[in-house]
Amino acid sequence: MAAAPTAERPAIARRGPAAPRPGPGGRHRQNLPGYLFLSPWLVGFLLITAVPMLLSLYLSFTDYDVLTPLREVHWVGWDNYRRMVTADPSYWHAVRVTLTFALVAVPLKLAVALGVAVLLNRTFRGVGVFRGLFYLPSLLGGSVALAIVWVSMFNRDGAFNSLLALFGIQGAPWVNDPRWALETLMLLAIWQFGAPMVIFLAGLKQVPTELYEASSVDGAGAVRRFWHVTLPMLSPVIFFNLVLETIHGFQGFTSAFVLSNGTGGPVDSTLMYTLNLYINGFVRLDMGYASAMAWVFLVAVGLITVVLFRTGRFWVHYSDAEEH
Amino acid sequence: MRGRLLRPLLLILVLAVVLYPLVWMVGTAFKSPGEIVSNIGLLPEHVTPGNFTQGWHKFDVGFGRFFANSVLVAGLTVVGNVASCVLAAYALGRLRFRLRSVWFAVMIATLLLPGHVLIVPQYILFRSLGWIGGSWPYLPLLVPHFLATEAFFVFLMVQFMRSIPRELDEAATIDGASAWTVFRYVVLPLSRPALVTTAIFSFIWTWNDFFRQLVYLSDLNQYTVPVALTLFIDSTSETAVGPMFAMSLLSLVPVFLFFVAFQRMLVEGINTSGLKG
Repeated sequence: MAAAPTAERPAIARRGPAAPRPGPGGRHRQNLPGYLFLSPWLVGFLLITAVPMLLSLYLSFTDYDVLTPLREVHWVGWDNYRRMVTADPSYWHAVRVTLTFALVAVPLKLAVALGVAVLLNRTFRGVGVFRGLFYLPSLLGGSVALAIVWVSMFNRDGAFNSLLALFGIQGAPWVNDPRWALETLMLLAIWQFGAPMVIFLAGLKQVPTELYEASSVDGAGAVRRFWHVTLPMLSPVIFFNLVLETIHGFQGFTSAFVLSNGTGGPVDSTLMYTLNLYINGFVRLDMGYASAMAWVFLVAVGLITVVLFRTGRFWVHYSDAEEH
Repeated sequence: MRGRLLRPLLLILVLAVVLYPLVWMVGTAFKSPGEIVSNIGLLPEHVTPGNFTQGWHKFDVGFGRFFANSVLVAGLTVVGNVASCVLAAYALGRLRFRLRSVWFAVMIATLLLPGHVLIVPQYILFRSLGWIGGSWPYLPLLVPHFLATEAFFVFLMVQFMRSIPRELDEAATIDGASAWTVFRYVVLPLSRPALVTTAIFSFIWTWNDFFRQLVYLSDLNQYTVPVALTLFIDSTSETAVGPMFAMSLLSLVPVFLFFVAFQRMLVEGINTSGLKG
């Protein structure tokens, strides 16, 4: 439940769910203690996750608006879904904004993360300091405070334009310009490259040095080694970060809210899907419609994840050691 | 030779880009209103604390209250997450019972569930329980965390507990120890690093969380820091910039302190689990 709207991420853990281990302690079952220990989670799963999910599926077919009691809501069939597709231009607009954001910001963020990880994958004095400082934006960047600073930085009189002025360039009023507002949010996302960078670094440490030595002996230069050794060996980690960041990217909310003061402006240019959902559900109190939007979002994110996993088969190489 | 220089140069360039916004934030927070307009440099010529006192009292309710509310929410979330996730993780990671692998799969599935999907029905649920807009509006923010709904932490702890040698609990079980005894005296003490990681990330994520606090809190007295900060956005006059930066800076101090104190742990935490800050 991504608090961190800031939050977000699946798991290609070190190992999958552990196979039940045969062994002396493995034969007898511990049903009672098992369910006792699991009970808080079970209650939470049922009441906080499962029931609300079913409730929202039901509500997505109604005109529920919070103010009328649940008993008196009207069943409207597929109306909410139809409205989304045919009668609500801002819906499609939000879809476009969100896809643009994810398709541009996620690959760039991963590219920066990988590039910096390769630069840091050496032992030299101060490497830990660099790594720590590069990671810092990932801790701060999702906050309202940093979004406020970011937006001010790209104001008409912000620091970025002052910087451009030093070179005699007259900058745009970035955050107030519908052509540039979303781009400033992308930059904020890319600025938080530290978290995937740390995961890349861990992956780079796993690449056997013999592979590099062997390819060097064969006359491969740094660029070739990167393409033919680093990238394939790192592909599981790239895939992991890609899934994680894509799901994360679709859920951007805080920075768009701060930039537009909750409206998605200027001219809907930062109307991220989740912000649109918030506006419909909690500002217009059109909760039936918002529920329908939430379900489409869930299915879409699920589908995209499945597609990523499918395509992953073609380019993700698992070494023998990992397949085991 | 060229290659030798390229790496440090690039790293320093990246570092400058990473630090620029942060340094600019600190500098601006200490500039006088006049200097914010006139001095486009990073740092103030005259350091003034005026923005902080102004920002602190900018609204009808002082920031002291907002900070207290945030500390309360984040602190109790830490307690809830650690206490409830460790129980679930012990069951899923160390005990054998019917349908365990099914529940494990369900837990992993909730890990991928976007939180925004559930916000509408959860809001309706909590509202029907009378938890919203009441005298204690933090229940919707806290109760889910006492029920281990933050699956990332359950997952993190399961992974950690699986690395604890099983022979330990097998030996204890043969000696007649109950599941509770094994948990209390073997697994719990050995899981300390995972608990600390969970506590730190819980605090930082909750401290930074905005979406849910925005949805559930409507009374100024009950606002947390992130929600209060958005009040500054409404007043975009020149004089508000300094106080807005001062309070933004203050709000990041706890996260920064956690970063300084636990940097290594945070970095290792995301490595072992794929958790993200």
